[in-house]
Amino acid sequence: MIAIDFGSYGFVIAILAMAAVTYAMRAGGFWLMSYVPLTPRVRRMLEATPGAVIVATVVPVVVREGLPALVAVLVGGGVMLLWRRDYLAVMAGLAAAAGLRAAM
Amino acid sequence: MPAIKSKTTQWSADAFALGARAMLPLLPGMIAFGIAVGSAAAAKGLSLFEQFLMTVLVYAGLSQMVALEIWPQQMTVGAIAAIVLVAATVNARLLLLSAAFRPWFSPLPAWQSYSLLYILTDASWIASIRYREEGGSDVGFYLGGGLLVFFVWMISVTVGYLLGALVPDPKPIALDLVMPVYFAAMLVPLWRGAGRAIPWVVAGVVALLVHHFVGGWWYVIAGSLAGIVAGGFIDDRD
Repeated sequence: MIAIDFGSYGFVIAILAMAAVTYAMRAGGFWLMSYVPLTPRVRRMLEATPGAVIVATVVPVVVREGLPALVAVLVGGGVMLLWRRDYLAVMAGLAAAAGLRAAM
Repeated sequence: MPAIKSKTTQWSADAFALGARAMLPLLPGMIAFGIAVGSAAAAKGLSLFEQFLMTVLVYAGLSQMVALEIWPQQMTVGAIAAIVLVAATVNARLLLLSAAFRPWFSPLPAWQSYSLLYILTDASWIASIRYREEGGSDVGFYLGGGLLVFFVWMISVTVGYLLGALVPDPKPIALDLVMPVYFAAMLVPLWRGAGRAIPWVVAGVVALLVHHFVGGWWYVIAGSLAGIVAGGFIDDRD
């Protein structure tokens, strides 16, 4: 292990390093895409991005959190399908999960 | 609702307000999570200044939380490397979100697009993508949502830091599920028929497999990438 004494700046250095890598991610995708021609295939990939990110984020959370999360997500999606109101969808989903958690 | 406009990139105050309003359903969950991150920062011995620095400069809630979980009392090179790796894996999805903004933001001058990307978060991104899909092209929408989220996040984390251990548990009122539920609801307006949902299935299956067999936070980027690649191989049939 390399022993470097950061003195009292250790936390600040760690925070700056985290910030640099995080901004690199935020800017990096946009920047990289300036070198990728927008062919029909690339356009389809960009169009698939929102749905793919959503599903990849949500499905493991549902599996980890179990039934309340599953019901919350289904109720939220169902309300959205019927009334197209994000507010209502979120509140109905949360109410269902809170009720289930209280009952379990 | 925004009328179908030409797809030229522009700015307006109306869209700014509309974008901010689109974030309202997410604020309760965001505030609860921000408070939790702030109290974790206090518990790990960050000063108010360090907490503020992290929240302003890193500004990515989940990676802040995960980094704080492994935050040591005394910072070493190894600890910094571990923290940076965690930030990189948790935030790798931001690469994909920012890539998806390329067609919309590319007419802007670089200083504008790269400043806008600084406040990129999942919430303002998905709302903006939906706005764009419905024909909007006003960057004010993204900026309005993004700035509201930024300031609400600053305040919530600071409140959590000051409250410390007094923070209530968000689970009984299910505030930990706001983002997953909102995300799932956003799939509805994105629906373009079963054929276009094949990448979603691919993304879900790969994310689950990686979540199960690899662990950590790799599943978001792995599942998303698999779905995006699958999307590239599906024919245009509208």
